[in-house]
Amino acid sequence: TPEITDAQALLGHRRPEPKLRPPPPLAMEALREATAELTVYVHPSNAADVRLAVSRQLSTLLFSYEDRFDGVLLSHEVEFEGDNEDGQDRKVDGDGKRVIKAKILDGLVPYFGVPVTANMLLFSPQPEMILEGKVEMLGKESIHAIVLGVFSAAIMADDIPEMFKFKRRGHGGKFISQSDKRHVIKKGSMIRFSVKRVDTEMNCHITGSLMPPHTGCMRWLSVHDAEYASEISRVVKGNQGIILRASRRYKVAQLRTAKIAW
Amino acid sequence: SLSLASPPAKTLETSRLASPPPPCPSRRAGIPSATHLTGRPPGAEAMVAELRRDDMAEEAGTIRDSVAFRLVERVLQSVRMEPFLIAPYDLEQYRMMVGTLDTSRTKNRDDEALYVTYLKALSEAVSKIDITYHHSLLNNIFAVRIWYLQRDTMVALLDLITRLAAVADQYLRECLQMLVNNFTPPIVERNEVPTWAVSRKKDIFSHLCGSLKTISDTVPLAPRMLRDIIDRSMPKLFDNKAKMISFVECMLGLDTDRMGDLIGAILLAKVVDLLTELDVNITWEDILQEEHDKGIFEMELEDLDADDDGDGFGQAGTKVCLGGNACAEKLDGLMVVVCEHLKSLDRQRLYKEFVILKTIFRASLLRVHRSKFAQFIMFYTCSLDPKTLGEGFAVFLTDIVTEKKEDPISRMSAVSYVGSYLSRARFISADTVVTILKKLVDWCVDYCDHQSKREATPIPNHQLFYATCQAVMYVLCFRLRSIMDYPNLKSDLFHMPFGFLFRHRLEPLKVCLPSIVNEFLRQAKDAGLVAAFVDPAAEDAIESDLSRTFGGINRLDMFFPFDPYLLKESDRYIRPNFEFWSMVKTTYSDDTDDDDDELEDLDAPEMNVGSLDDHVEIDINSDDDDLEYSMNKMSITPHHSFLHQMAMDSDGGLSMPARIRPSTSPPSRWAMSGESP
Repeated sequence: TPEITDAQALLGHRRPEPKLRPPPPLAMEALREATAELTVYVHPSNAADVRLAVSRQLSTLLFSYEDRFDGVLLSHEVEFEGDNEDGQDRKVDGDGKRVIKAKILDGLVPYFGVPVTANMLLFSPQPEMILEGKVEMLGKESIHAIVLGVFSAAIMADDIPEMFKFKRRGHGGKFISQSDKRHVIKKGSMIRFSVKRVDTEMNCHITGSLMPPHTGCMRWLSVHDAEYASEISRVVKGNQGIILRASRRYKVAQLRTAKIAW
Repeated sequence: SLSLASPPAKTLETSRLASPPPPCPSRRAGIPSATHLTGRPPGAEAMVAELRRDDMAEEAGTIRDSVAFRLVERVLQSVRMEPFLIAPYDLEQYRMMVGTLDTSRTKNRDDEALYVTYLKALSEAVSKIDITYHHSLLNNIFAVRIWYLQRDTMVALLDLITRLAAVADQYLRECLQMLVNNFTPPIVERNEVPTWAVSRKKDIFSHLCGSLKTISDTVPLAPRMLRDIIDRSMPKLFDNKAKMISFVECMLGLDTDRMGDLIGAILLAKVVDLLTELDVNITWEDILQEEHDKGIFEMELEDLDADDDGDGFGQAGTKVCLGGNACAEKLDGLMVVVCEHLKSLDRQRLYKEFVILKTIFRASLLRVHRSKFAQFIMFYTCSLDPKTLGEGFAVFLTDIVTEKKEDPISRMSAVSYVGSYLSRARFISADTVVTILKKLVDWCVDYCDHQSKREATPIPNHQLFYATCQAVMYVLCFRLRSIMDYPNLKSDLFHMPFGFLFRHRLEPLKVCLPSIVNEFLRQAKDAGLVAAFVDPAAEDAIESDLSRTFGGINRLDMFFPFDPYLLKESDRYIRPNFEFWSMVKTTYSDDTDDDDDELEDLDAPEMNVGSLDDHVEIDINSDDDDLEYSMNKMSITPHHSFLHQMAMDSDGGLSMPARIRPSTSPPSRWAMSGESP
């Protein structure tokens, strides 16, 4: 694409004060919304459809860890500004609503910059956070789960409580707790675990632990763990709006994945 | 073996003798039969009993495994520090373990069993492996060529690789690279794949693809990395044919389910790029040229093989590769692979692939100048589902032609494709043909009207208009008779304003290729489609000046993309659906020995309609000794119909190897300019 592929170089932003929100429910602490003011540099050949160009440029950042955002970008939504601070006029939409011209500084910067305000959904797992994931693979020494359908998490044997015994029999094997035989972790179960370490260099691989309290198979926890059960009922009643919005954003992220992969 | 004084050594010794784990037959046989007899689903008690039985049955096996695991764990842990801090004994143990994992040495059965045990133990201990301290261990693992392994060993190794990839990001790239490196089998003498490798190929491919899919399920972002790795490892133009084919075959095996949804489009795009590159590097001389040259090059290549593993190409080798024959063979092999892959897809997947292929076609193949065979993948795909895909492709091409916003080259190319496609694809029904013709004719009429409204000086270049008229005529040469068989289609056709078109001042009849025009007029007159007064003097005309001004040798409207297919092995996919000119029924007569057949040399006329089997050899490598061959055969040359009869096959009879002429410009042009096609 004619846009600059190395967004790092030219995608500058100032991070304003984050919008104050109540802390997200236990369900997914690592997800958060953030607003950022960015300047996206667009090649003149895309001047006919600036919105698309900006969207494409931001989409190149999806699913990679960005230091400046402190997290992985899952989805984004842009709004355009009017004039910006520098006093230089910028071009916005080509659809006739409000045309602002931009000056291209030939020989200096051949692109024109578009100031946007981006609402972003970010995923920033930190140690000690509780995350939820779906178990994909099991072994005697490890449990591998997938968080949000995108991020891989691994829980090593050292971080699995002694009470879980691995049974190789049955489809892929399962972990059964000695204290309560109904507490089963097998392929396809949703588990809650705490984050030990996050490897942000490549694909944001998470190393987790099942040692802390209130971790394990979610189905069992919702029945047997009183504290957790009360927590989620409070959350469902109180913060339905946030969950719904987050899940809608997540769906958008999924769609974007498919588009990008194409 | 590792000399440990502790009890575990004994167990390891036992395992070295490769004895199976002592079974517990009595217990195992007991409970299942009980449940079978009772037929009741097991209650809580039975479940507990079963679990306990499980423990016991596994215990024997797990003792051995767990011992091995603890051993390996201990060894790994002991070297997990700066080299100068490691105790010599520990280092020795580690080195021995690494040595066992070295696959470059041949193993006897005991070593093999030990190797498998180590692999399994390592699979469990992946979290203990460190990328810096256990560097030599990892090297040995990633250097394995699984083609040389036995099946069980291979399964164990792939399991280890999968777990390594899942445990941390840092191993992911290496694991994927290792798997991709194993797409190609080992090559031995004469650049051939050894026979034992060929028989194991399917098994190995399915395991490799299975591992890659498991990795992609466990690490959902892995396909992104895999895509880049495949991109880098993709065979290049001059690579060995067996390797190329093997790689592409395995690569296309990834194009299923979720992995296919994510990276299928990119894989297909890469394959088509490779096909196109090979295609473009075949020159017509190479196809038609004598094969006596091959011997010389072969000798040179053998000399090279003696020195290195056959992959390096010195200067002499480059000469071989530049020869288009090598490219033709490679393209042939790849077309077989691609067609097989397309054939194996189910309906839903096929539709998705078709959409992807259309996009790829439009972006690359459509704009390749005179591509020879690569476009036949579209032909084959459409033949797999004529109703939906066949028509869909025709409509797709027509839309490109009539779309003003498309660039001129694409439009010209698309119109050549439409003409050739509708004529040659047997699976396209007559009513589709008529629908498309109507669209094209309507477009032409609009164009004429538009021209009439303009002022005096016409635009010099009506290339697209003439090309479209020519395409329409070309299609009707093939299809007129069959359309006439349907009264409703016949009336549709007769309502089309051909008279207006042909009498327009732009004079398409004078500009389009005379051979096509003549044949068309002849058939149309017999059918009563055009009035008799359309100038019959055009019959024997040489190409007019008007015609000659439109482009030189490379004029685009003389490109017939779906002319007869020349590659030997992949021909069997195309032939059943391909319409040869000799098979076409024309409106004027059913005589097969019609001397005046203008388009007599459209294909190889010796091709007998009856013998549509594969033993009609269209042999690129035929070693007949006809040296006077002229390259300037146009596929529809009116007056230069000298097909040299080839030396008959020893079978004799109907199937003769035929030289097929490329669809290039008539000889006069070439003689004038001296260019090659």
